[in-house]
Amino acid sequence: MRKSTTSQPKVRKAGRRSPMASVALIMIGLFATGGVYALFTASASANTTAATSQLTTEGSKLFAANCATCHGLNLQGTKQGPSLIGVGAASVDFQVSTGRMPLAASGPQAEEKPAQFTTQQIQALYTYVAAQAPGPGIPSKQYLGGNGNAAKGAELFRINCAMCHNVAGAGGALTEGKFAPQLTGVSAKHIYEAMATGPQNMPVFNDQNITPTQKADIITYLKYLDKNPSPGGIDLGNLGPVSEGLFLWIFGLGAIVGVTIWLTAKAN
Amino acid sequence: MAQHDDGVTAPDDDAVHTGARTGTAIQVAAERDESPGIGVVQTDKVINPGFPPHNPRQTDLVPAKDKRAERQVAILFFLSIIGSIFALAAYIAFPINPGDFGSIRTNNLLLGLGITLGLLGIGLGAVHWAKQLMREDESVELRHGTRGTEATREKAVEVFTLGNEESGIGRRTLIRNSLIGALVLTPVPAIALFRDLAPIADPVYLLQHTMWKTGTRLTHDPTGVPIKASDVTLGSAFHVIPEGLLQRSDALEQKAKAAVLLMRLKPEDLHVSAGKESWNYDGIVAYSQICTHVGCPVALYEQQTHHLLCPCHQSQFDITQEAKVIFGPARRPLPQLPITVDSNGYLVARSDFHEPVGPDFWEREL
Repeated sequence: MRKSTTSQPKVRKAGRRSPMASVALIMIGLFATGGVYALFTASASANTTAATSQLTTEGSKLFAANCATCHGLNLQGTKQGPSLIGVGAASVDFQVSTGRMPLAASGPQAEEKPAQFTTQQIQALYTYVAAQAPGPGIPSKQYLGGNGNAAKGAELFRINCAMCHNVAGAGGALTEGKFAPQLTGVSAKHIYEAMATGPQNMPVFNDQNITPTQKADIITYLKYLDKNPSPGGIDLGNLGPVSEGLFLWIFGLGAIVGVTIWLTAKAN
Repeated sequence: MAQHDDGVTAPDDDAVHTGARTGTAIQVAAERDESPGIGVVQTDKVINPGFPPHNPRQTDLVPAKDKRAERQVAILFFLSIIGSIFALAAYIAFPINPGDFGSIRTNNLLLGLGITLGLLGIGLGAVHWAKQLMREDESVELRHGTRGTEATREKAVEVFTLGNEESGIGRRTLIRNSLIGALVLTPVPAIALFRDLAPIADPVYLLQHTMWKTGTRLTHDPTGVPIKASDVTLGSAFHVIPEGLLQRSDALEQKAKAAVLLMRLKPEDLHVSAGKESWNYDGIVAYSQICTHVGCPVALYEQQTHHLLCPCHQSQFDITQEAKVIFGPARRPLPQLPITVDSNGYLVARSDFHEPVGPDFWEREL
């Protein structure tokens, strides 16, 4: 490892950093797991190209073992899966860290499940895929804090997202067994990545369509919804007339029938 | 035992008391001798079985139960008092703070619970009282004719005759006719007012045309920023309004007709019919968002299957086949907006829609 590190040409900071420091940073980057994303991006940005090359190697092995059956050894895609050339790190991170990939079974759409890889392995995978062709990258942390304009975010959400995901983010049905998933409790990073990459049947909302600032506003709105659920009381799943109507038919009419029976029954 | 003294008198001539204990009002209507009509066989007539034997309630028989029911009714009324006071106290103790939605919920919930208890306590108590404690016996109230007595009828005629004589409305025809004329004309201003609630312009023209014109730029909803063809990457879906919409005073009415969904597919995926080759730009297509069924906004676009789903009645349109209806109640495909790019690379409309957007209407020709 040391040899490959020192043999790599340093792009910058070469004069200020000893080879030992690079190795130490690589070790931190490789082993500091624990799922803390903030820590992760910090170490990733601090890593040198050597770390990237290390990740790429690891990622290529992981890819060959877990993804290549469907997506092809060179990301070119097969009949079973689409090409991954140019999908970018954001797409891989979203699909793998929400557990949608690797696919458990073919069906109308890949569903969320516990992630099959560690954070470090996911980083290796997306670094590898992103190294093959450019694409949307991992979102910058400045857009994920939920400190945008919730009112503007709500307007953008109603225009661009609410038709599928429901105005309260409760999700909704699509055609032929597909559905738009619920957005409550989804992490800001995954919301951003989904907008930028358009996973599965979701359309792509690129930075010209919804700018990063606007994406941050939408995230702020969704985080606001998470913190302030349903001021009107029990939301019944936020599914509108379906669940509310069912509730009224069963409990409202049930109460009326019960009272009517009691009113007309003879006392004994 | 309850005595029958509440004014419900049984007609003595056609009702007899049978099968009931003496002193009760239980009565059985006697069979009539006269024929109720031609062709009805007298022996087929249903015999009035009368009332079943009277079963006294527990509260009538056991004084302790009577006492308990009395307490229950009183408790219900007390609960009502508590509920009303609770509602008032909650309204004061948990006020609505401006900007705090949670406070509205608490306030409304407690107020509602208090008022519900206040009203239900009275209602349930009254019913319980009537069922358990008030005098209970069965009775029949016979239906009476609605015709007034001769005296009442004569009196009514007399009042009208007197009114006519005193006012002279029958005699003074000038006054009578001018009054009728005045009354007939009073609704005329209302007719004119309500008529002008309709749009001044020809509604058929309004339904057939939208804001889109040759060269109108496609802009982002809601910002109104023009869209470049290069912004629309593969798989994208843009919500589009015509340029200049936001400056109009009737922006909402115009948006309801002119809203467009812009999508980019691979050009080879599009099956373009003859004459519409120039309507898309390098796989970028624009379709009306207004469903042709009943006008819901159709924007549930699936970028892999290229299906567009209407959330109201599940009509599905296939964008690769010029928004052909592939499922659901919609009858016609979504109208396509012909687009191209201007010299600066911005997407512009080639023309208005070539057919009316939205659902059917009487005068529609297409």
